[in-house]
Amino acid sequence: MNGSNSQFPDAPVVDAPIVDAIDRAIIVATQEGLPLVARPYHVLAEQLQLSAEEVMQRLRRMQDSGVIRRIGVVPNHYALGYRANGMSVWNVPDEQVDRLGEQVGKFDFVSHCYRRPRCLPQWPYNLFAMVHGKSRDEVEAKVEKIAGLLGEYALGHDILYSTRILKKTGLRLAGSSLKK
Amino acid sequence: MDEVDRAIINGLQGGLPVCERPYLEAAQRIGIGEEDLIARLSRLLAEGVLTRIGPLFQIERIGGAFTLAALHAPQDSFDAVVAKVNALPEVAHNYARDHKLLNMWFVLATETPEEIDNVIGRIECDTGCEVFNFPKSREYFVELKFEA
Repeated sequence: MNGSNSQFPDAPVVDAPIVDAIDRAIIVATQEGLPLVARPYHVLAEQLQLSAEEVMQRLRRMQDSGVIRRIGVVPNHYALGYRANGMSVWNVPDEQVDRLGEQVGKFDFVSHCYRRPRCLPQWPYNLFAMVHGKSRDEVEAKVEKIAGLLGEYALGHDILYSTRILKKTGLRLAGSSLKK
Repeated sequence: MDEVDRAIINGLQGGLPVCERPYLEAAQRIGIGEEDLIARLSRLLAEGVLTRIGPLFQIERIGGAFTLAALHAPQDSFDAVVAKVNALPEVAHNYARDHKLLNMWFVLATETPEEIDNVIGRIECDTGCEVFNFPKSREYFVELKFEA
């Protein structure tokens, strides 16, 4: 019932080693955050016994290869008042989903947009777009805009609001993987 | 939170450069001093307005695997199912969501793609609930940016 990667040749290649042990050490050292000092990369370099130049070069390389999406502040969206978190899910014809998914992803209120496999018969939806708002009304107004864009290709949709965060440890690379 | 805090949150979600003094460069863009920026970032972290400051990784690029999965936990055993699901270290996030069929949605992260199936089997076995697996087939957009 699941889409396999071979079906989607542009799915992430998971076996290409594009980081080495030193990159992994940098990831482990920064995944909880950068030091809040004037020269944070120098502090990291000292911890890792590397030169600051090397740390910065490797970070830039990981940005170029997409291992690092971006470097910046990560807000807690609840603290900013974004309390309504709606996962909108859509049933879109397979031959249209890529074209439409790209367009849905361009709405500035959509934070994640993915194609995922259906699980028939219980789950007919193949396009997932996360929409955040300060209220459910705001989320619903945004979802209406997506519905307007999809038009007749929206064969069905639903919104699943999160009601409770049950766990949020984030994605952490264990320090032990340095041994690899 | 004042206007400067808002400018920091809105301007620095992707905006820390890789250079000798990244906070200095960022502060200049906002029009404040480096020390002021560092002090404000510390405060926003302490207050929980920011969860962290640093690189956002796309960990599957370095060989791990991810999936989004969901199950239906019956109302009267919901908390027990939560405890069993959360006990697994491969469960990175877990959310309760309003839905008749699938009311628990979680992200699994493992070092290899094969481990995903093992973890799903383990959850089904531990909880007695069928797990629906929704691996990403294609990514159209990911950008968690929020306006303050």
